[in-house]
Amino acid sequence: MLSKQKQYLISIGLVLLIAIICYGISSWLGYRVVAFILLLTVSLIAISFDILPVLISATLSAVIWDFFFIPPRFNFHVGNTEDIILLIMYFIIAMINAVLTYKIRLVEKASRKKEEKANTLKLYDTLLNSLSHELRTPIATIVAATDNIQSGNENLTKENKDELINEISKASLRLNQQVENLLNMSRLESGFIKPKMDWCDINELVYDTVKKIEENKITQKISITINSDLPFIKMDKLLLGQAIYNLLNNATLYTRSNCKINVVALIHTDILELIIEDNGDGFPAAELENVFDKFYRLKYSKAGGTGLGLSIVKGFVEALKGKVNLENISTGGARFTITLPTETSYLKLLP
Amino acid sequence: MNKAEILVIDDEEQIRRMLEITLKTNNYLVAEAATGNEGLIMASNHPPDIILLDLGLPDKDGMIVLAELREWHTGPIIILSVQNSEEVIIKALDIGANDYLSKPFRTGELLARIRSALRSSTAEDIEPIINSEDLQIDLLTRTVKKKGELVKLTNTEYNLLSIFARNDGKVLTHQYLLRTVWGPGFINQSQYLRVFVAQIRKKIEDDPNRPEYLLTESGVGYRFISKM
Repeated sequence: MLSKQKQYLISIGLVLLIAIICYGISSWLGYRVVAFILLLTVSLIAISFDILPVLISATLSAVIWDFFFIPPRFNFHVGNTEDIILLIMYFIIAMINAVLTYKIRLVEKASRKKEEKANTLKLYDTLLNSLSHELRTPIATIVAATDNIQSGNENLTKENKDELINEISKASLRLNQQVENLLNMSRLESGFIKPKMDWCDINELVYDTVKKIEENKITQKISITINSDLPFIKMDKLLLGQAIYNLLNNATLYTRSNCKINVVALIHTDILELIIEDNGDGFPAAELENVFDKFYRLKYSKAGGTGLGLSIVKGFVEALKGKVNLENISTGGARFTITLPTETSYLKLLP
Repeated sequence: MNKAEILVIDDEEQIRRMLEITLKTNNYLVAEAATGNEGLIMASNHPPDIILLDLGLPDKDGMIVLAELREWHTGPIIILSVQNSEEVIIKALDIGANDYLSKPFRTGELLARIRSALRSSTAEDIEPIINSEDLQIDLLTRTVKKKGELVKLTNTEYNLLSIFARNDGKVLTHQYLLRTVWGPGFINQSQYLRVFVAQIRKKIEDDPNRPEYLLTESGVGYRFISKM
């Protein structure tokens, strides 16, 4: 919605403009046709503007019509009775128009608000469900495994204990990942993400992020295709790094072991393009457009995950004024493409 | 060698218990404080070899505890904190922390940081020669060798590398490095630093994209780690 001032300016300006045009061609146009043209202008203004500017343009157009068009012209005197009735009706119709449109918009607004509230509640429910699952499962694992180790049960072999300890370790990492996602999501929700732009070597960023993912004992192979001569880019490393991390994490969680994941970075003048693709099963075509929605999880997807990871990717990339896109590859697999506007610096090889 | 003494200042009992077990089983002596003031008193009564300091203390901001410790305590201080924003890390390093680990951390990582902090503080003077598997840095003759071969470095490259070598294992912030190598007017020219780090990596790392000596601390700075 435009600001109040602009609305007044535009509505008054529009009425004046149309009136001037009509005035210019008034020798071909009957003054009664002009009334309809002005009325149409007011109706159009009513569709998108607040009630006050609309009322003002209605009054203004009535005055203009009276003064400049109704004979005798150039005074407010109206010659015959028919025209007096017309003028009064003009004014009433214009007002009704303004008030009705305004009322319709109010009703619309209220129903939209109601719908939003219902959606928020639904979202909240999904959040609570997936969160309680995602947080409680690893906690349950940790509690049960430690109880088991502490029980002093003689049947527990050293291998059993090692296995339990391994489960505790995995559960705590998973817990940490979820908390990280939640913290990032609340950063996004608060709307206070201010990117901190600094020069960044995209090679370094991608390799460091891949290294972090590889610490999760992944079973897929990640390859990196980046020209080492790419210029530096001005970027918030933490936000972009987290977006890349989440995409890679997603790929490693939802593709079979031994799948291949490839990371590609390209720079076309002032645009950074980052591609993360895998040769897994790809996404069901019907769900492609939903995957970035908050808490959205694929139907029939395996347990684990809160549906936050990809929505954080979208949020962070948008905070950097970029876009993220998902498509299925014709030969199988999914391809995420991040495009970001960026400054580049070819400053290399200093003495 | 005597067992090194570590003072843990952290208000969370679970963390203290866990650290105590971890550190004792790795042959360190451990003292514990649950508040900032208690920690300050214990450190002044009996200066430890190393201090592990939490930033979220109940009685006093950890940054203030750190600053007060630094008024007289010269030994290594490692921050352990749940806060992991780069501003906080840079601030702690600026006030005088030797290192920073955000919680949760892996035990192996903590032990490595402790070893490296102890090594640089107990060495009488900085070893003039870094001898690390396939990399030798001789600070006296200003020569660097990789796999026995002399590495040609420009003056600036050498200056930067020697600062890293003198601070083995320690995180050095972008600002500190820019100020020290280029001067105070250059602290916003972070791309200079990136150019030189990239060039040094090409000369001393097996794979410059997967560095083993000159590591990036994202958003904060760099850390040189020798394999001594």
